[in-house]
Amino acid sequence: MNTERWQITVGLGSCGVAAGAGALYEQLEKTADHKRVELKKTGCAGICHREPMLEVASPGGGRWTYVHLTSAAVERILREHVGGGKPVDDFLLAGADRKDAVERYLGKQKKIVLENCGRIDPESIDAYVAAGGYQALRKVLEGMTPAQVVETVTASGLRGRGGAGFATGVKWKFTAGAQGSPKYMVCNGDEGDPGAFMDRSVLESDPHRVIEGMLIAGYAIGASVGFFYVRAEYPLAVKRIHMAIRAATEKGILGGKVMGFPFAFEIQVREGAGAFVCGEETALLQSIEGERGMPRLRPPFPAIKGLWGKPTTINNVETLANIPWIIRQGAAAFAAMGTEKSKGTKVFALAGKIKHGGLVEVPMGITMREIVEEIGGGSPSGLPVKAVQTGGPSGGCIPASLFSTRIDYDELNRTGAIMGSGGMVVMDESSCMVDIAKFFLGFTTRESCGKCTFCRIGTKRMLEILTRFTEGKGSEEDLKLLEELAVKVKATSLCGLGQTAPNPVLTTLRYFRHEYEAHIREKRCPAKACKALLTYAVDAKACTGCTVCARKCPAGAISGERKKPHLIDRERCTRCGICATACKFKAIEVS
Amino acid sequence: MNTLESSSVDLAPAKAIVARHGGGRDACIRILQNLQAAYGYLPDAALRYVVENTEISEGQIYGVATFYDQFRFTPVGKHMIRVCHGTACHVNGAGKISGALEDELGIGNHETTKDNLFTLETVACLGCCSLAPVKMIDDTVYGRLTPEQARKIIKDYRNNAATKSS
Ligand SMILES: Cc1cc2nc3c(=O)[nH]c(=O)nc-3n(C[C@H](O)[C@H](O)[C@H](O)COP(=O)(O)O)c2cc1C
Ligand code: FES
Repeated sequence: MNTERWQITVGLGSCGVAAGAGALYEQLEKTADHKRVELKKTGCAGICHREPMLEVASPGGGRWTYVHLTSAAVERILREHVGGGKPVDDFLLAGADRKDAVERYLGKQKKIVLENCGRIDPESIDAYVAAGGYQALRKVLEGMTPAQVVETVTASGLRGRGGAGFATGVKWKFTAGAQGSPKYMVCNGDEGDPGAFMDRSVLESDPHRVIEGMLIAGYAIGASVGFFYVRAEYPLAVKRIHMAIRAATEKGILGGKVMGFPFAFEIQVREGAGAFVCGEETALLQSIEGERGMPRLRPPFPAIKGLWGKPTTINNVETLANIPWIIRQGAAAFAAMGTEKSKGTKVFALAGKIKHGGLVEVPMGITMREIVEEIGGGSPSGLPVKAVQTGGPSGGCIPASLFSTRIDYDELNRTGAIMGSGGMVVMDESSCMVDIAKFFLGFTTRESCGKCTFCRIGTKRMLEILTRFTEGKGSEEDLKLLEELAVKVKATSLCGLGQTAPNPVLTTLRYFRHEYEAHIREKRCPAKACKALLTYAVDAKACTGCTVCARKCPAGAISGERKKPHLIDRERCTRCGICATACKFKAIEVS
Repeated sequence: MNTLESSSVDLAPAKAIVARHGGGRDACIRILQNLQAAYGYLPDAALRYVVENTEISEGQIYGVATFYDQFRFTPVGKHMIRVCHGTACHVNGAGKISGALEDELGIGNHETTKDNLFTLETVACLGCCSLAPVKMIDDTVYGRLTPEQARKIIKDYRNNAATKSS
């Protein structure tokens, strides 16, 4: 490292780029004095709500993180900080008035999987090695038998982070002991849960870590070929995985003699093609084989009969990203964190109606309240948080009254929700729970592969019922039928998609039945989210006749003379809500 | 599909793609992905070429192409607009963004504008949930949108296209 120069490191994960970090990087390339400043790239630091961000490191060893940047801010940082030696408080992450929030956001977190994310250059294998990368692999190849690796992972208590929470060591043992060769190692990077981005961030920000995890897993189960299955919707992740595989191959970390040891391993990449069900392991295998992604009955489990009928282990990205740490620090250090049956940490993608959203990694055993209120800082509107949805379309809504629930596979199951892969979408009083249930069911209905009748048609009937509720056309009979169908879809589906599809409905019914009843009996949406149940009207007392609403209304439904109260034509009104947002005098009443 | 279309499709990219991936059944998805990248959609003639020159059957290729959301059988506009309707975007008003875009473009979901400039699609989660609501035009993600901004970005693309062609 050149300590004579200043270093500026820009966060170029997907969210940083989306927030404009790419343009800032170009600006720095053009305007910074390269004799004095070294420019670097890194991935996602997890503080997504503050993107775009960069870090300044001075020759003397000081470090400052700047957030919410604009081109003018970058100019000031170059001039005042790098040029004049004076940090620019207005844009500092831990600026004077923001210190507390930052400490709360980062203080409760414990970074294992994300230890390198936002710190090293994901496109440089040397940066990964300098951060201790591939040491675990060396340790394994130098002094551990495959059985010892399996034992270590079993002793750590690591459970699969892809959703089901199956013990990773046990899974490896099955594949290692299964008859047949060759054996395959598959990394599941399909991440289909709509509202989750943990795996994307890890793959974009620290791809070598996952490769190291795959190599160790491959060694443990006796595989010499690995497949990376990644969503095509993540172009940056796909690109960085390819780069990482190329770099590792050049260094002899992948290939015929891994690090010079008698162990061969190669990795191929397969891009998903936009089917949620392909995250399910048996469907994923079909997809790698080039077929339609239809799940099949288990047993036989993939550990016995997987890819092309051979023993195969499938692990989630985050599961594998834990492996190098466990090998380096030992099983006991990992098992020391968390609860009795849930060890280590879990990464959550915190989003929705939350002030400080982003990627957070917390020790197991922390409560929902700590995540939502302390780390996340509550809702941005200040409205009370009503519920948190975990586990996406397979999960459920946990109401605020149960926020003392701890992050633990079994405790979360008891609420009717699940740990899931890590999507955590926060909802406040403006979110309608019937609408949310309908949203998820719409998703699973579309994504059902169609093999099982109840999953194919039952979910569709359930969706129709929920749609009737949100339109004020539902009946008590519908409610009964909805519950009956929910139970049957669960019971008669072959794979996890159908078995869990009714969960969002069942949990919202369990905790927010009153909202369903308001829709059915009073034809009213308490959260004012279901369009068909709303009426817009002008409050004649508050209206100043400024004509803004009439000009903005795309349906031409508002009329009135200048300086006189306006009127909304209910027949024409499409309930788009533009007038309510446009009115400066709060004169549009929604009921 | 009609013969006019098939005869006007250049098969050179298809030939190169098949040569690169070999003719095994397991190459099916990769071949389709590459065809779509080359042509922008899956032309009937190119699919027929694959069926005739590999182990992939007509049943498999159409079965696979219709199973996965990624694949299209019709050409798309110059710019692909993907509006995220994932959970985070949904609770943060994705419906209003789609509404504004449909109104601005005068088309519905999965449709292409008459001038062939834009195709509109809703997708489930672009992985930028903390910037919800989000849309992506080609490879660029736009986050923290309001309906007005969503419209304005389209107007900018249109102006750009107009200045380029004049
Ligand atoms: C409908 C459905 C979708 C799934 N999607 C994913 C996914 O996107 N990523 C993932 O890792 N696991 C997903 N799973 C779980 C996988 O089937 C499998 O359990 C997991 O990849 C195993 O890895 P683990 O033991 O490391 O968690 C899904 C399961 C179902 C039923
Ligand atoms: S929900 Fe829209 S980006 Fe994830």
